[in-house]
Amino acid sequence: MATQHSRSAARLMMAPAVVLLLAWMLVPLTMTLWFSFKQYLPLRGGDLGWVGFENYVRFVTSSAFWPSVQATLIIVGGVLAITVVFGVLLAMLLDQPFWGQGIVRILVIAPFFVMPTVSALVWKNMFMDPVNGLFAHLWRAFGADPVSWLSEASLFSIVLIVSWQWLPFATLILLTAIQSLDSEQLEAAEMDGAPSLSRFWHIILPHLSRAITVVILIQTIFLLSIFAEIFVTTQGSFGTRTLTYLIFQRVLESQNVGLGSAGGVYAIILANIVAIFLMRIVGKNLDA
Amino acid sequence: MARAVTPRRKALTTLAAWAVGLLIFFPILWTILTSFKTEAQAISDPPVFLFFDWTLENYSVVQERSDYLRFLWNSVILAGGSTILGIIVAVPAAWAMAFVPSHRTKDILLWMLSTKMLPAVGVLYPMYLIFIQMGLLDTRIGLTLVLMLVNLPIIVWMLYTYFREIPGEILDAARMDGATLRDEIVHVLTPMAIPGIASTILLNVILAWNEAFWTLNLTAAKAAPLTAFIASYSSPEGLFYAKLSAASTMAIAPILILGWFSQKQLVRGLTFGAVK
Repeated sequence: MATQHSRSAARLMMAPAVVLLLAWMLVPLTMTLWFSFKQYLPLRGGDLGWVGFENYVRFVTSSAFWPSVQATLIIVGGVLAITVVFGVLLAMLLDQPFWGQGIVRILVIAPFFVMPTVSALVWKNMFMDPVNGLFAHLWRAFGADPVSWLSEASLFSIVLIVSWQWLPFATLILLTAIQSLDSEQLEAAEMDGAPSLSRFWHIILPHLSRAITVVILIQTIFLLSIFAEIFVTTQGSFGTRTLTYLIFQRVLESQNVGLGSAGGVYAIILANIVAIFLMRIVGKNLDA
Repeated sequence: MARAVTPRRKALTTLAAWAVGLLIFFPILWTILTSFKTEAQAISDPPVFLFFDWTLENYSVVQERSDYLRFLWNSVILAGGSTILGIIVAVPAAWAMAFVPSHRTKDILLWMLSTKMLPAVGVLYPMYLIFIQMGLLDTRIGLTLVLMLVNLPIIVWMLYTYFREIPGEILDAARMDGATLRDEIVHVLTPMAIPGIASTILLNVILAWNEAFWTLNLTAAKAAPLTAFIASYSSPEGLFYAKLSAASTMAIAPILILGWFSQKQLVRGLTFGAVK
């Protein structure tokens, strides 16, 4: 049993991790807050004093703000829709008995282990290039004009690339959830003559609802901050400037630190709203 | 699975599953194949699939022109270093939380996880500034520290879930047999904890290897790992498909192999135990 002695030992053992994470969270966050109330242009005069909430107002009223919100929503929403729908279908397929399950599982999961810069660049050059890309070859083979994917259908292309990266994650988690489904219940439904669509609708989908929620929440947090995929493909042009990318440009490219920091605070608030829901589910599971 | 499956149905499922699996894997397969082609074959129309003159030339060219091994070495140092540091900090913390829980343990764990959800771009400039001030910009030590901090919540979390699975009764039994605290740790707990620690290391090496925000923003030439090396191919160089493919294959191969071993840990580590 835990004695007073072991309690203080435990506190000592936790101290390094707690202190490090506290510093990692508080120091940069405080600095971001500090800068967000300042006119701060490192290359054009440096610290030009306090400006109150002006950066916050200017960030949301700039002409780039709403398009960036729209781009973010389309990318996050598009990837979520694709990965969840195909993830459920794929998980149900992989749950069936078939030959070579182990190998197919590996094939399906593999994209998750490809670093973002590689997957973005391979898709951009070898598949979506309007002259030499594989899609262009395919389009020409059918007598169609090749599409310049990343400029004419830029958001769709980014959604496709990012979905390819995250589909394995969704599939793997949903597969884990499906495998915990009581097969007796399914058999009973089958014997009662329930058609497969109604079995899916009334038994499988409700069983998966929590796993789907978790997939949506975790992916949202990671998708809100995708960076490399845009950095190596469009650099934010052709309407692909997300909130994250806009803040990056404000801070490092145009070196308007005050304005970018105000944007950063918005991004942090947004991520926290999603995180609260996720933490509630995680917390409940900790008790169980 | 108790349900009887007709061979016909199994055959159809097999066909469908393999078709989907190969479709999803195709971009990786295509990259690997292209890395063995000449530049002319890489862009030939119609594309050649398997019947081309296999060559290793691209691999040696990539190494000669851009010193691939240096970037590989940086990746190894960053991913390995940050994971080892993280484990050293996290093992005692997770141990304490799993074996001496208090009423605050749950809150501390959730708080740690919440730091993982902080959007990196929100603290980009402060980190940049801190790095410049401390002379850490484009150094391996600076980036190792950042990657350690980024993944520390996941390391603590995973270790905690593994340690909690070690039954407390075993300790009681050992104590009854007269084991000292040292015996307990060396002979009872450590052997049971090692698999969990190994799995945690595996997943975190993968996450650190593929991290592509801080590695792109806080490195230039000296400390750049493979993520940044590949990003440099977004310039016209990337239009040499065979070389791009060779560089990409070399960048992802080690992790693809590690990844095959880590499917289960992936679910545990990245869902924070919300899906079992």
